[in-house]
Amino acid sequence: MDYRKKETTVVVSQKEISAGIFDLRVRTQAAAYCVPGQFAGIFPPSDSRMLMRPISICEANAESGEIRFVYRVAGEGTKLISALKEGDTAELLSVLGNGFPLDAAEGKKVAVMGGGIGIPPMLYTAKKLAGKTAETEIYLGYRNNDTFLASEFTPYGTVNVVSEDGSTAYKGNVLDALKERGFKPEVIFACGPMPMLRAIKRYAEEAGCIAYISLEERMACGVGACLGCVAKTVNKDEHSHVNNTRVCTEGPVFDSREVEI
Amino acid sequence: MDTRVSIAGVELKNPVMTASGTFGSGMEYGRFVDLNRLGAIVTKGVASVPWPGNPTPRVTETPSGMLNAIGLQNPGIDVFVERDLAFLKDYDVPVIVNVCGKTVEEYLEVVERLGDTSVAMLEINVSCPNVKEGAIAFGQKADALFHITEEIKKKAKQPVVMKLSPNVTDITEMAKAAEAAGADAISLINTITGMKIDVAKRKFVLANKTGGLSGPAIRPVAVRMVYQCAHAVSIPIIGMGGIATAEDALEFIMAGATAVSVGAVNFANPYATVEVIEGMERYLQDTHTETIRELIGCVDR
Ligand SMILES: Cc1cc2nc3c(=O)[nH]c(=O)nc-3n(C[C@H](O)[C@H](O)[C@H](O)COP(=O)(O)OP(=O)(O)OC[C@H]3O[C@@H](n4cnc5c(N)ncnc54)[C@H](O)[C@@H]3O)c2cc1C
Ligand SMILES: Cc1cc2nc3c(=O)[nH]c(=O)nc-3n(C[C@H](O)[C@H](O)[C@H](O)COP(=O)(O)O)c2cc1C
Ligand code: FES
Repeated sequence: MDYRKKETTVVVSQKEISAGIFDLRVRTQAAAYCVPGQFAGIFPPSDSRMLMRPISICEANAESGEIRFVYRVAGEGTKLISALKEGDTAELLSVLGNGFPLDAAEGKKVAVMGGGIGIPPMLYTAKKLAGKTAETEIYLGYRNNDTFLASEFTPYGTVNVVSEDGSTAYKGNVLDALKERGFKPEVIFACGPMPMLRAIKRYAEEAGCIAYISLEERMACGVGACLGCVAKTVNKDEHSHVNNTRVCTEGPVFDSREVEI
Repeated sequence: MDTRVSIAGVELKNPVMTASGTFGSGMEYGRFVDLNRLGAIVTKGVASVPWPGNPTPRVTETPSGMLNAIGLQNPGIDVFVERDLAFLKDYDVPVIVNVCGKTVEEYLEVVERLGDTSVAMLEINVSCPNVKEGAIAFGQKADALFHITEEIKKKAKQPVVMKLSPNVTDITEMAKAAEAAGADAISLINTITGMKIDVAKRKFVLANKTGGLSGPAIRPVAVRMVYQCAHAVSIPIIGMGGIATAEDALEFIMAGATAVSVGAVNFANPYATVEVIEGMERYLQDTHTETIRELIGCVDR
């Protein structure tokens, strides 16, 4: 069963794990219903901010009833959210979006790729893929040696840390590292900045593998009602039949062949 | 306690509707609220053929509000009738279909197509600021509004609500033109044209450059316009603009609206519609008011 509510949750903890990157944990029954790649809307604690901030689920634990988010302070809304302390309440709209199709990885060689602030959802993804795949290689792209979350991926596959400035094991982007290692995935799961996702889409087409990519778009409702968050699709979309599909509902995860990015 | 109101002969359980474009056709918010509780459901604008809408970004937040430039993305009347109206048949709630078009003929096509359906009323969107052709052009000139209203009234089998734009010098001129052409009711306000610039990027935030402002930020403007129109025409008014609570809704009713719509606030609080209804019921009880109808336009009495 899926879960969809707007509710007042309690902040279990929040800390700054790296410069401007926050780790927020809240308690909600929604934790038992999450799939990697799904997200929640966190409302900034302010009466004059009416829209939720879409933030991916970085981990969800059904037993403890906790959801973890790792996010970057990007503007006023996330700044307000970053001031929440243990015991405070946080308004949450969850669970949103479709999530990664983990079954597509069954018995396959899989690359889990995350770039920058697209890395948090890949932690949950890698964790849930553990034991399902034939082989999992994890590629994490950073700007420099500020490699937040990277060490947490170790139990779930071979971790390759890539940085633009070459201060980690691999220099360049996640695909450079994949090619350098000669890894030939059958399935890719990815989240990150648009240029990275475009490159992965192209790579998957050339290499003949399947890539599931998680897209970002500005959102208002988060539930499919406003049509604010659309992505261009190759085929007619389910909702409006105009090749514009809702990222919040039909996404954020898409088969890279289905979207024009 | 009696929350019933009627508009052009259509009986509503209560005066609380959804604002077009903020509630889809109810499917998405049916998971949050019991759609049967609503006074009416007003659906997203529908045209004679599918419209792709504008490029993204289409939405952004502003203080106590938001800008949108969706550009009326919709699946066209055929899919709408087969899917959305079929879905709504299972609910005991009047359906008001918001109609858009680029030419008078396009509006008429949708209006005629809806003639033999169970739809309770038609709301004609001549006030969307986010599409280049048609739409708002009909809503910013009194003679154009008169003409399209008259044409639609000739063909419509259901009562016709003309939805007015606040982006005019004198909204009462528009209200009077709609009434004179035979409109059964008017609804207002649609969004107020706005703009937001990303200072870091030195670019417009919205791909469309401009967008329509909605949410609590516009409420005082909307209440004022409803009040003015209530004095200019005698047809019923559906008031909207930033309604978040029962008190907000009552402001519109006291200013002269017979019914109200909850719009962008659904995004902030998906339970808002039913909370407004419940708050209204409490208000009637607490103030020993027998019927909500006593409150319509009561500020002048
Ligand atoms: C499905 C999805 C998952 C996401 N997951 C994460 C995550 O796990 N960690 C993380 O740090 N960030 C994530 N983001 C991006 C995050 O939503 C934005 O950084 C955040 O909304 C910025 O809000 P703000 O008020 O601080 O910024 P402002 O720029 O002040 O925001 C103004 C408005 O624009 C919207 N907005 C601004 N940037 C973005 C953006 N990149 N994407 C969508 N909306 C935006 C805001 O929500 C707000 O409505 C995700 C975005 C999406 C769509
Ligand atoms: C995302 C969005 C989409 C909208 N789409 C339509 C539409 O299709 N037709 C229409 O007549 N009005 C549309 N509107 C305007 C609303 O129905 C309403 O008139 C306006 O937003 C003011 O009310 P509010 O402040 O409560 O949202 C839209 C508004 C929003 C925010
Ligand atoms: S954010 Fe409203 S449809 Fe996706």
